[in-house]
This record gives sequence, structure tokens and C-alpha cells, in this order.
Amino acid sequence: MYAQMVQSEASTDDPEKLAAFQARIDAGEKIEPKDWMPAGYRKTLIRQIGQHAHSEIVGQLPEGNWITRAPTLERKAILLAKVQDEAGHGLYLYCAAETLGVSRDELTEMLLDGRMKYSSIFNYPTLNWADMGAVGWLVDGAAIMNQVPLQRTSFGPYSRAMIRVCKEESFHARQGFDAIRKMATGTPAQKKMAQDAVNRLWFPALMMFGPSDADSVHSTQSMAWKIKMNTNDELRQKFVDQTVPQIEFLGLDLPDEGITWNEERGHYDYSDPDWSEFFDVIKGNGPCNTDRLAARNKAWKDGEWVRDGLLAHARKKAARKHAAE
Amino acid sequence: MAAPLTDNEALFQFLLRMGDNTLILGHRVSEWCGHSPVLEEDIALANTALDLIGQTQMWLGLAGEVQGEEKSADDLAFLRDVWDFRNVLLVEVPNEDFGRTLMRQFLFDAWHSIQLGHLMKSSDERVAAIAAKTSKEVAYHLERSADTVVGLGDGTEESHGYMQAALDYLWPYVGEMFVSDEVDAAMAKAGIAPDPASLRADYDALIGRVLAEATLNIPDSGFAHKGGRNGKMHTEHLGHLLTQMQWLQRAYPGASW
Amino acid sequence: MKNEWPLWEIFIRGQHGMSHRHVGSLHAPDAEMAIKNARDVYTRRNEGVSIWVVEANNIAASSPSDKGPLYEPSESKVYRHPTFFDIPDEVGAM
Repeated sequence: MYAQMVQSEASTDDPEKLAAFQARIDAGEKIEPKDWMPAGYRKTLIRQIGQHAHSEIVGQLPEGNWITRAPTLERKAILLAKVQDEAGHGLYLYCAAETLGVSRDELTEMLLDGRMKYSSIFNYPTLNWADMGAVGWLVDGAAIMNQVPLQRTSFGPYSRAMIRVCKEESFHARQGFDAIRKMATGTPAQKKMAQDAVNRLWFPALMMFGPSDADSVHSTQSMAWKIKMNTNDELRQKFVDQTVPQIEFLGLDLPDEGITWNEERGHYDYSDPDWSEFFDVIKGNGPCNTDRLAARNKAWKDGEWVRDGLLAHARKKAARKHAAE
Repeated sequence: MAAPLTDNEALFQFLLRMGDNTLILGHRVSEWCGHSPVLEEDIALANTALDLIGQTQMWLGLAGEVQGEEKSADDLAFLRDVWDFRNVLLVEVPNEDFGRTLMRQFLFDAWHSIQLGHLMKSSDERVAAIAAKTSKEVAYHLERSADTVVGLGDGTEESHGYMQAALDYLWPYVGEMFVSDEVDAAMAKAGIAPDPASLRADYDALIGRVLAEATLNIPDSGFAHKGGRNGKMHTEHLGHLLTQMQWLQRAYPGASW
Repeated sequence: MKNEWPLWEIFIRGQHGMSHRHVGSLHAPDAEMAIKNARDVYTRRNEGVSIWVVEANNIAASSPSDKGPLYEPSESKVYRHPTFFDIPDEVGAM
């Protein structure tokens, strides 16, 4: 997902406080920033929300790659509005993380020097215009699977950010499907683009949910804290079940020969992604890791004089006002 | 020498000038998406670009109607070559850095807001309607770009240096917005649009105020590059911009997107 | 961080006649830019007619341990709520 393989911290706090805290969560109460919370809860959340925020910001790049080449004015406006929304979602999430006592600049530095990760999916390239449809439809579609339940997460600011994100996100998957549908029913060249996009992005989309975590200790703790709401496998299955009929509707070939309806389970069977590829991407060896981080570093470094300049002016203005009073 | 312009041809040229300005500038601003100095600026720049794309749809949509050859705004945007574009050179120069981008935006917004103020009183109702709608957006663009120019001009020594360099580079592109030709004469005569030269005094007053607050010096030169508004000589940059912008439409003619 | 823009809390009045509601936060060098940023960040879908910004540092908040003393006393004052009073139906709307 946008936050993959987040390690949760073991708790070393007072057992009585821990029990009271867990009772609040079990009762469905929201934890707010000034409430007492286990150090592990705080650390895990910073990691998870931070990674989620970074994914939104790095996620601007593969789609931003096509803004200047969008084929019509309307498609350009839709794509730009969508990528802009991602910047907004990153902003909301950074603000949620900031309530836990870490600043946005600190989080940014950790992204830029590689201490913090972002979702593996954004290390794949966008190579033809149909990718803009496929990213909206498959990647955002997969993200929504995770984000909808996270609206009920136990941490108040995270939950509120997710509510806002989900509200805005509802148009993303739809515009993606609309864009790829146009291609799938278009000229032979367009149909080829659509098929190419689905073939390339299918397994990376499945990887977004992360490796199977049914027996993971981290997962159990995070689920008890209600900062992870479902297992990776549950969400992945839901995604496959929802998406396969959509691919068929588009008249495209299924991107995996292993996809078959399993009557007994009432779900589609599908092939597992190549997890060695996933771990390579996580380690920094995906097709675009180096370029993505370089682009973020460049924007941050080139922007320093702007951030400093505007702050210096604000301080001067305040000083002048103060002197005049 | 070509035959004199008909009123309809003049109106078409005028609408292309309006629409090509917003098309090309919107494109340039959209290049920032995902690369701005700070998230809040990234979102703000995208809003500006979105407004400009929307304005393009209106101006070029009307241009296509007036031309009467059944061309859509998209046809005009994606299927003309460099010599058919009628935007001022100012909007096609590359972004370079955030300072130059915002200075270019400010120098354009100042003209744009004054121009639209006049167009709201246009004798052509369609022009007046577009102006009424877009002038609100542009008033905000101007407020924001002017504030940023002041903030960076009067910020640190470094930011001041960037902004002065931007102003020095862009200044020779300002004059073209105020050069009148036979298209403008026809528009002024018909009461559709003001004579560009008549806007200069208001413009100088507006930018003079802001640039003084930004502690920036307006270069002491009246020289003006020109050739964009009439298509006679664009910069080399426009061709590269169109190469990207028009690629899909050119590579896959007749496809619907 | 040495030069990080301050954090602002953003309150937006969604419609005429409603009160301002907290919608989120953002960073800005000063109050004027915070208002502009709020316009760009939080009203992209026509969500507002009026914006307040408050620097996050300047917000005084009750601490969670005060929760009991601050709010519980009002729980016993049930007579403040209209449903406390039994009004006969024939009296009509009140």
C-alpha cells in the first residue's frame, strides 16, 4: 500500500496505562495528539503516516511526466487537477504526522536521504498515455481499498486526513477508468497502449498491498491499535475481485494467465507477484528509484532560496510593523 | 501585400492572441507540478495553470466559432504550427527558476487584469462574458504573483538577486504587449477591445508600485522584442513546447482521446 | 528546523450563516500568505466563503487530563437541554 511493511514498535510502557489505552481503542474512541499514547504507537504512526505522505508526493512524478503531453485541453486539466490533489493529500498527511511531534521538514529530509520509504509502485515508469488511465484506475483503485477503512483508524488527525482524501479521491479512479476506456475502444494503436499499460502495471499494483502478512507480529500490533485495518492478502483479493471484471468489460486481455474464477472460494485465483522484484524495488533498485529521489532532491534544493526569501520578508514586515507601533 | 483584414478575420486574430497567451502560459506553469519549492506553492501554481487552461478553452472555443471552419479549441491548440501562434513572446520563454516564473507571471497578470477590465465592457457580448468570468481568476493571480514578487524581492540578498535577474531578463519582452497593429485598430474601432498602447500608463503605474515595494529596479531600456502577437518571429522555445504539447495528436491523427 | 515556515490552523466558513470550522493546517511565512495558501489548498472545490488562519503556536488548548473537571459538571445539568422538559402535546410547537 502507500505505507508498506511499516514496522510497529514494541511497547515498553506501563502495563496499566497500556491496558487503559487499548480499552479506549477497543471502545472505538479516537486518540487525539495531546492524549497519552504508547511510545510505540507514536513511532509507528509517524513512520506510517510519513511514508503515506511521501508516497503522495513522489506519486506526483510518474503522472506529472505526462501533463505537458496530455492530448486534449480537457485531459490536461483533469490530469493536472488530479496530480495537484496528490500534493494536497501529501500536505494533509504531513500535517497529521506533525501533530505527533515531528516537523514536515524533518520528514522531508528523511525521505530525501533515504531513511524513509515511499510506495514501491512509484518506482515504475509511465511510458504511454494509457498509463495515465491505468494509474488512476489500478493504482488509485488499489490505494482506495486501503484508505477507505483507514477513515476509521484510531488516531484522530490521521482519520480526518483520510476522510478528506477519500472524498477527493473518488474522482481519481473514475477519471482513470474513463481515460483507459477511451483508449481500449479507440484505434488499434490506442488499444495497444491500453493493453501495454495493464500488462506492465498489473503486478506492481498487486505488490502495493505488500507481501502476505497473515502471520506478521507487526501487523497484529498495528491491527490491535487500529492503525492497520485489514491484512494485505484480504485487500489484495478484494482488489483482484473488483478489477478482473473491469478488465473484461474493457475488452482487454487479462494480464495474468493464472486468473481464474474459483467457485469454491467465491474469489478469483491469481498468480503471486514476483516478490524478489518487490524487494529489489524496496532496496532502491526499481526502474525509477534513482530518478524519483533525484527529482525530489532537486526541487527541495532549488527551492531553498524561495522558502528562505519569503520567510525573511515576512520577518522584516513583522519587524517594520512592530517598529511603527 | 495581403488584402486588408475583414472584421471577422481581425476578431479571429484577436481571439487567438487571447487564447494563445493563456494556452502557452498555462502550459509553462503546469511544468512546475511536482517540482515546486514547497507543497503550498505547488498547489497554488497548479490552480493558476488550471485557470489558464480553462480560459484557453473559452477563448479558442470562440475563435473556432468565429473562424467558421468547424474547428474546436483542441484543433486550434494541438494542430497549428509555430507561425500560426499569436501569443506574446513573454509567455513562451522557459521557466528557468521559480523567480523567473513568478516574475513572468506577475508581468503578464498585470497586463491581463487591465486588459480584461476593458474587455468586460466589450461591444461583443461573447467577449464581455468571457472577460467577466476570467477577470475574477486573474485578479487573484495578480494578487498572488505580486505578493510573491514583493516577498522574494524584499527577502534575502540571494532571493533579491534572483528576482532582479529575472526582471532584467524579462523586461525586453514586456513592450510587445503594448504595440498596436491593424488587428488592434480594427478591434478598437469596433469597440471590441482597447488599443494596447492605451493600457501602458495604467500598467506602468501598477508594476511600478509593486516593483518598488519589492526593492527591484526596472531596467532603463525601452527596447522590446516582438513577433509573437503577429506570428512573424517566435522564440526558438515555442517549437520545443509544441513538440511536447502536440505530440500525441500529431503522432496518432484522427484518434479520439 | 532552522527556517521552516510556521504551521497555521485553518478555519473555513462553508456557507453564509454557518460558523467557521477547522479544516486542517498548512505552512506559510505569515498570516497573509497563510490565507492565500488556504484558499489554494482548502477551497479547491468551492468549499468556502470566509477563511480564518491562526498560527498553531498561538492556540491555547485544554489538556486531556482536564477532561473530567472541564466537561463532567455540565453532564449533571440536564435541565440545560430542551428534552429535559415534558411539554404536553396540545401546547403546540415550542
